[in-house]
Amino acid sequence: MRHIISLLMENEAGALSRVAGLFSARGYNIESLTVAPTEDATLSRMTIVTSGSDDVIEQINKQLNKLIEVVAVMDLSEGEHLERELMLVKVRAVGEVREEMKRMADIFRGRVIDVSDKTYTIELTGTGSKLDSFLQAIDCSLILETVRTGASGIGRGDRILK
Amino acid sequence: MELTGAEIAIRCLQEEGVEHVFGYPGGAVLFIYDALFNQEQVKHILVRHEQAAVHAADGYARSTDKVGVALVTSGPGVTNAVTGIATAYMDSIPMVIISGQVPTHAIGEDAFQEVDAVGITRPCVKHNFLVKDVRELAGTIKKAFYLAKSGRPGPVLVDIPKDVSNTRTEFHYPSSVSVRSYNPAQHGDAGQIRQAAQLLLGAKRPMVYAGGGVILSSASQQLAELVRLLGFPCTNTLMGLGGFPATDKLSLGMLGMHGTLEANMAMQHCDVLLAVGARFDDRVIGNVEHFNQEKRKIIHIDIDPSSISKRVKVDVPIVGNVAHVLGDLLEVLRGSKQKREAKVLAPWWAQIEGWRAKNCLVYKNSDEVIKPQFVIEKLYEITHGDAFVTSDVGQHQMWAAQYYKFDKPRRWINSGGLGTMGFGLPAAMGVQLAHPDATVACVTGEGSIQMNIQELSTCRQFHLPIKIIALNNRYLGMVRQWQQFFHGNRYSESYMDALPDFVKLAEAYGHVGISIDKPSDVEPALKEAFARKDKLVFMDFKTDQTENVFPMVPGGKGLSEVILSEEL
Repeated sequence: MRHIISLLMENEAGALSRVAGLFSARGYNIESLTVAPTEDATLSRMTIVTSGSDDVIEQINKQLNKLIEVVAVMDLSEGEHLERELMLVKVRAVGEVREEMKRMADIFRGRVIDVSDKTYTIELTGTGSKLDSFLQAIDCSLILETVRTGASGIGRGDRILK
Repeated sequence: MELTGAEIAIRCLQEEGVEHVFGYPGGAVLFIYDALFNQEQVKHILVRHEQAAVHAADGYARSTDKVGVALVTSGPGVTNAVTGIATAYMDSIPMVIISGQVPTHAIGEDAFQEVDAVGITRPCVKHNFLVKDVRELAGTIKKAFYLAKSGRPGPVLVDIPKDVSNTRTEFHYPSSVSVRSYNPAQHGDAGQIRQAAQLLLGAKRPMVYAGGGVILSSASQQLAELVRLLGFPCTNTLMGLGGFPATDKLSLGMLGMHGTLEANMAMQHCDVLLAVGARFDDRVIGNVEHFNQEKRKIIHIDIDPSSISKRVKVDVPIVGNVAHVLGDLLEVLRGSKQKREAKVLAPWWAQIEGWRAKNCLVYKNSDEVIKPQFVIEKLYEITHGDAFVTSDVGQHQMWAAQYYKFDKPRRWINSGGLGTMGFGLPAAMGVQLAHPDATVACVTGEGSIQMNIQELSTCRQFHLPIKIIALNNRYLGMVRQWQQFFHGNRYSESYMDALPDFVKLAEAYGHVGISIDKPSDVEPALKEAFARKDKLVFMDFKTDQTENVFPMVPGGKGLSEVILSEEL
């Protein structure tokens, strides 16, 4: 099953590689991993999307907690949560497709953030499946490049990772 | 007063009460060695290979309750140390390794003797640090000792670039340390402990399974009290030998791949299992599915939550320091109104005695050829069961574990998790330095001893009167045994040809060597060797070439699917 795990860790050199190394050494899956500093410059927040049986997820949580630099771990998928991913798509936009591409971006609440005479670069945010839908909705032969950040997650309401 | 980073490093070791550092100098640690030169409190033991430095620090730590310390240079110094670090990590041994690094400005430039020490050791340390600013050095070393010793212990590496060790700053050693992201549990949950007590008191076929955690948390006293209070059978893992006295009638000996029949059968058929500081690893319970076929309630006490329900689902997990939890559990048991009568356990004990009566460790002795088991039995007699015994890895290790009955903790020093050949002799050096007047025996084989034989030189320099018992069967015995059982007698590369004359070799290093070929010479040789209190004696026992270790639970099999000796 898919799980989205959030963690707070010391913002120190090498902390990311400890997490990445743990996943590869123990054979756990990483679907995506995002990391950036928080409002507290000494802490980084990481979101990991992974999958595995309940036993494997339990071990992942415990092993993450065991890393000295990890301050807190939360399996967001155990409760109500929000997740968003950012995608940048560069598409070929010439002729009548140009207008069509703009309309599709609007429908998915995306924005065209860069324009050239042959291309658009579209910015889209949403859940991973919404981004997938967009890619399926447009003519795939027009896609020149996609960049996705992987999911960032946060608990709903009072659910806070401190 | 301002001190250099090198002086700070040594001052930190002094503050931590470190008496011995095991190491090997090199370019990147020259300033640290210079600082060592100017003081007397911390004694440096010059080994002949960095792997041995780490094993010696490891043996030192295992036989005491202290943190072992090793000091190595950058590059090959660190890579040579990695086997030792991984050995300590697998067995949760508290250790601090200080490594030199190329100067900060050269890091990443593929400088001479540069290796990413933090990166290369990351998967086999509890934690590691690269100190880029001398002002952080003292605090980092303080943290390293704290991390190594607290919680589930383990090795911690501190990598110090050469320019950092030569930069001056004000020295202040912190009196305390706290790491916000690291708060190991001490006491177990009271509710869980009560639940455990209830299960134990209601058990009809109980079993206590005690591992290395009992030794590491110095909880053997509490364990013995608990086992005796309840009158339960107790087995120890390879790492836990001595955690409960082997000569106690409640002891079923070691369990696992080469454990006793009674221990493995009781483990398989118990209804309540109390696991203490042990982790259900593959060499202990064999096949998990087979183990799970029998229904039993499991209580698991461990300091590390990730050890709980990792391979085997448990019913009552208790996270905490084993000594504290056992103490609390004892209190609950003593206060309990629920009294139990010995007769409740009588049928279970009768069943266990039935297994025990099989006498699974019996072997056929010989007048012609030396049986390795016989050597260990005699070693046990002659040392009155009171020696520190280190071992290497292989058949000799298993025979030592089976036939030397350890009654005290920290007497049995071996590489359990990683299974590192070459561990025994350097570990014995650490033990002997920690206990200068004690009898230290290193049980080894002709294969293992050659993996760190250069340390005979270190033993000479520091006058370490270790007694080396080499069970020389001219084979990598455990490999040969597996080839015999599972690879159709095809002894691929397991014959040890072109062996040195170990007697001459020992003499070349300035020690005493004895070669023993006849069973009747075993006892006299051991007596002679152990009488020479001031000398290292290398005993080369030419043993039976084809002797096998029994009982044996083959890899991937269940605990009751055991191969017994041909004698049975």
